[in-house]
Formats: sequence, structure tokens, C-alpha cells
Amino acid sequence: MNAISIARLSARALLRNKLRSFLTALGVVIGVGAVIAMVSIGEGAKRRVEQTFESMGTNLLIVMPGSASSSGMRGGFGSQATLTWDDLTAIRTELKAVRAAAPVLRDSVVAQSEDQNWTTSLIGTSTDYFFIRSWKAASGRLFSEDEADSAAKVVLLGETVVANLYGPNANPVGQTVRIGAIPFLVVGVLEKKGQSPMGSDYDDTIVMPASTFSTKISAGLGKFIGGALFVSATSEQDTGRAQSEIESLLRDRHHLAPGAEDDFSVRNLAELARAQEQGTEILTTLLAAIAAVALLVGGIGIMNIMLVSVTERTREIGVRIAVGARTWDVMAQFLGEALALSLAGGLVGIAFGLLAAARIAAHYRWPMIVHANVIFISAGFSALVGVGFGLYPARKASRLDPIEALRFE
Amino acid sequence: MPPLIQLEKVTKIYQMGGEELLALREVSLQIEHGEFVAIMGASGSGKSTLMNVIGCLDRPTSGRYLLAGEDVSGLKRNELARIRSETLGFVFQHFNLLARTSALENVELPLHYAGVSSARERSERAMRALTRVGLAARAQHQPNQLSGGQQQRVAIARALVNDPKVILADEPTGALDSRTSMEVMALFQELSAAGITIVLVTHEPDIGRCAARVLTMRDGEIIRDEKQTPMVAQVPPQGRAA
Repeated sequence: MNAISIARLSARALLRNKLRSFLTALGVVIGVGAVIAMVSIGEGAKRRVEQTFESMGTNLLIVMPGSASSSGMRGGFGSQATLTWDDLTAIRTELKAVRAAAPVLRDSVVAQSEDQNWTTSLIGTSTDYFFIRSWKAASGRLFSEDEADSAAKVVLLGETVVANLYGPNANPVGQTVRIGAIPFLVVGVLEKKGQSPMGSDYDDTIVMPASTFSTKISAGLGKFIGGALFVSATSEQDTGRAQSEIESLLRDRHHLAPGAEDDFSVRNLAELARAQEQGTEILTTLLAAIAAVALLVGGIGIMNIMLVSVTERTREIGVRIAVGARTWDVMAQFLGEALALSLAGGLVGIAFGLLAAARIAAHYRWPMIVHANVIFISAGFSALVGVGFGLYPARKASRLDPIEALRFE
Repeated sequence: MPPLIQLEKVTKIYQMGGEELLALREVSLQIEHGEFVAIMGASGSGKSTLMNVIGCLDRPTSGRYLLAGEDVSGLKRNELARIRSETLGFVFQHFNLLARTSALENVELPLHYAGVSSARERSERAMRALTRVGLAARAQHQPNQLSGGQQQRVAIARALVNDPKVILADEPTGALDSRTSMEVMALFQELSAAGITIVLVTHEPDIGRCAARVLTMRDGEIIRDEKQTPMVAQVPPQGRAA
């Protein structure tokens, strides 16, 4: 008997009991659908976490100045400026694991256009900042090294600021924005970055050179930096190394005795991102495991129905054997039935899984990620379920004694 | 030409919970091509066992069975399946048609196992067999849309479809009323006249009288083997059942 004959006989047998076949396959549909949807949800959530951390900056470390202690009261990190411009230069130029470093001076300011005003956060920094945060100009340009050195009165605006000062989709490049009483030239608009992992709006900001900030916005602190440093490590793996290099460099430069407290702190955001990713990965595994249990239950459903079917069709099997079916013919038919149920269930399950994944991704606005692997594996697994759970009933059917089978009531 | 069916001292012993049950004792028998044989006897006489051995559904405990010259007594399960497929056709008391399956597809069933892979050839041959039993018009009917007599004729078509050397019928009229029984017997006589060997088991004397040779069994032995002029199966004139 060839494969086409087997397929025909199996299909005929399944169609004779449509509702039962449908319900049996439904178990696999749910199982496979759940696996695909769950894995896709996990991947999407993971990608989302990655994206938010990527938007913070590439392999980012943040160096905060240390705490000020006066008469036993210890201020938090950042309460006293301990980092110097020379520290920054040393970090930029002396450390192997550091690719770029930029000062970040912050203030809250009111910016004014011709007819609007908007309170936003102002950042004074260097050209490295744009590299560290992989931030580009959506229109216009970034400020140049020369402008940074000469404290030029140039600014870049975030999208939210543009929308509030000039109206959505306006292009203010070349126009003037006033901060306090001082006019600044808008040289560019920063591309949209969206939300930070903490929920604040990255695009609600104005960026200018640190030198401009120190001279025009708030008086500088001489050799000290009135803010934090953003540092980019050479690679994701090197963030740990960069952190320890920065720590020993700063301790050395600040002449801290062994055992003395650091007067700065280094935060490794890449590590934080990894921890978060691990969290979502565990979630993905957990979801997939639960879905796999659903698939297993679907498989047991197939086995259950096939066993019932073998018993119910004992006489039919007897007739088939009597008219010339060999052991393998009977086995192939029942295996074929189990396989058809699980494969049909698997295919429909894949469709449902993809649909569910797409809807969930759209709802949470994260990218829908379905690896081809997941589809192949779940299709293969459903076939395996069919063969695995169909084997015992099929064997049982093929070994029936035809005389007893024909006599079966 | 060797006899079609030749049994030499065939014994069949069943193990029934530690006890041995002697179903056939050294039965020797020859059936020639084209014979119409009825095996009669009370229940428990061994006639069904003899039928199962002849039908290659069961193997003798001892003795030899030659079917068309080939010793089949020692063959394995799948080799017996091939013999059944090529040489034998079965008709059962309860028809044993597949439910919710058209008459045509039921008749096609043995062709699947005989390796006829062309769907067209299968349906053509099945149609010929149905025509032969007078049911060509009902090819697309399912068993529950057919009368008992019609269902048994579909079963006979299924037995015929592979051009067997022998048709084995186990109580073929056991589930039919007397008029339909005669209808079925008339069909068997027609097939016999066309040269097909028929062996049937029955306990009804009326049915036995339609055969040309009657074997009577008791306690696992053939106690009588006689040829007779068969009674012509006549269907009462008030018309065939539809």
C-alpha cells in the first residue's frame, strides 16, 4: 500500500467522525498556538527591554560625583562636585575599555519661541554625547567641536520641545530660541527617542555645548564639573572592565587612601540591561514551558481518542485484516490518522499563534518577533506528538487477532 | 492441476485458561475448483474453526494445508494476509461494511491492500463487482441507506472485487429473513455457475440444500461428506425487496 492510499484511508476514517476529529485536533491547535504566541510574546518583551536600554546609550556607564559630608550629615551622590574636567580628559584618553566620555550638565529652563514658552530640561555636553547615546539630528546638524570649544550659542531641540514651541512637524532649524534673555541659534532637531525605562520623555530636552552652558546658563565651577559623566565602553562585554578602570583611575587621581570611601560612583547600565533581559528570558522560558504542557495534553488527547477509536473500530480492523491488510497497513493507517490530526492541528495552531502574537505585539506596541525556528520546531513537535502518541494505539490495532476482531460486539 | 483446497490431518487446539480445547481433529479434505460446498453442523462442532483455517485467518496446530498447491500452514501473519488478498474473498454474517462509507468505497477496500494504486482502476473494478451483484445503481448509497439483503450483496461484491479463487461465506444468511436469504443464495448459485468456488458455513438446512456438496461436522470431525443435486434458490414471486 503506498503513501497516497494510506493518506486516503486515514482521511476517510477521520472524516467519518468530523466532530471528534475536530475536537481532538483542537488540543494540538491550542498547544502549538500557545507555544508560538508565548515565545513570540517573550521575544517581543525582551526586544522591547533591549530597545529601551539601547535608547539610553550604547554600553553606557554613568559616573556620578560623590557625596558631601559636613558635620556627620552625608549628602547623596551628586551633592558635591568631585569630578574635574581633567578627570574627564583622563577617562577619555587613558582608559583602554572606554571609547567616549561626555559631561552632562543639567538645568531646568524656560525656553521661548516667538509666541510660545515651554519649561524643559537643558543639557550641556560635548560632541561625544551624541555618539554615546547614538543620537542623530533628524534635521539640521549636531553642534561641532569648534562650536563646543568656543562656547557658541547653538542648541539642538528635542521633538517634544519643537512641538511645544513651534507646533508639531515644524522645522525650526535656523530660527532663534531664547533661554532666559539670551537668544540661541537652533542648528538641528534631534531624532525621536521615545520613553526612558523610567517613563520620562527623552525628547523633552534641549542640548547645547557644555562650555556654553557654563558661561550662559549657570556659572561654572572652575575645574570641577557640575554634573555627571556619560561614558561608553568599547563593547558590551567591556562595560565591567571599563567600570573598574574608571574606579581605579578616579581613586588614584583623587588620592583616596585604601579603605577610604569613593567620592564618586559608577553605574553600569549595560549590566542593568542584562539583568532585565535575563528576567524576560526566564519569563519566556516559563511561558514556553506552560505552552509545551498544553501541547503535551493535546498529544495525550490524540492518544486517548485513538485508543477509543481502535476499540470502537475493532470489527472494522478485523474486516481490513481479513480482506488482506498486513500488520503494517493497519499500523500505517492509524499512525496516519494520528499524524493527520496532529499536523492539521499544528498548522492551524501556527496560524492562530501568529495571529495572537501579532495582536498582542500591536497592543503593547512592541516588535512582533517570530523566529522561523519556532515554527519549524512546533510543526515538527506536533508531528512527533502524532507519531509518539499514535504509535501505541496503532500497534494495538495492527496486532488484533482477525477472528476475535470480527466477532467483537 | 492440484485440488484448490487440500487439508491433510489438520488439527487445531485452543488453549482456554489452561484447558485444551480440541476444535479440529485430524481433518482431511479436498475441494476442487468450481465446487459449491456447504459446511453444516451444530454450534461448537468446529465448522467455524475449519472455515477460519481454510480462510487463512487461523493456522493449524498440526497437519498440512495446501491452497492452490501452496503449503500455507506455516506462513507468517503478513504472508497469510497476502494469500487472503490474492486468493480469498470473505462474506460475513453481519456484512461488516464500513459505516458512513459509500457502497463503492466499501467494495474498493480490498484493492487498497492488493496494491492497486490507481484510483480510477479501483473505482472501475469496484463498479464492475457492484454491477455483477446487481447494485450498480446504489454505488453511492451508504450502508444505512440499504436493506439487509442489499448490504450483503455489497459485501459479496467486496469479496469478488479482487477476482478470488474462493469465496468463503460464514453464515451469510444468518442475519437475513428467509426471502432475502434465498435472494443471496440465488446470487451465490449464479457466481458458482460462473465458475467461482464457494465454501459457506451454515446451520440452516434450507441454505445447505442450495449447495452441491455438504460437509457435516460434529466434535471437530467431518462425519458426513455428500454430493447432492442443489435446490435452485427461488425468490418468492411477490418481488424482490427494494
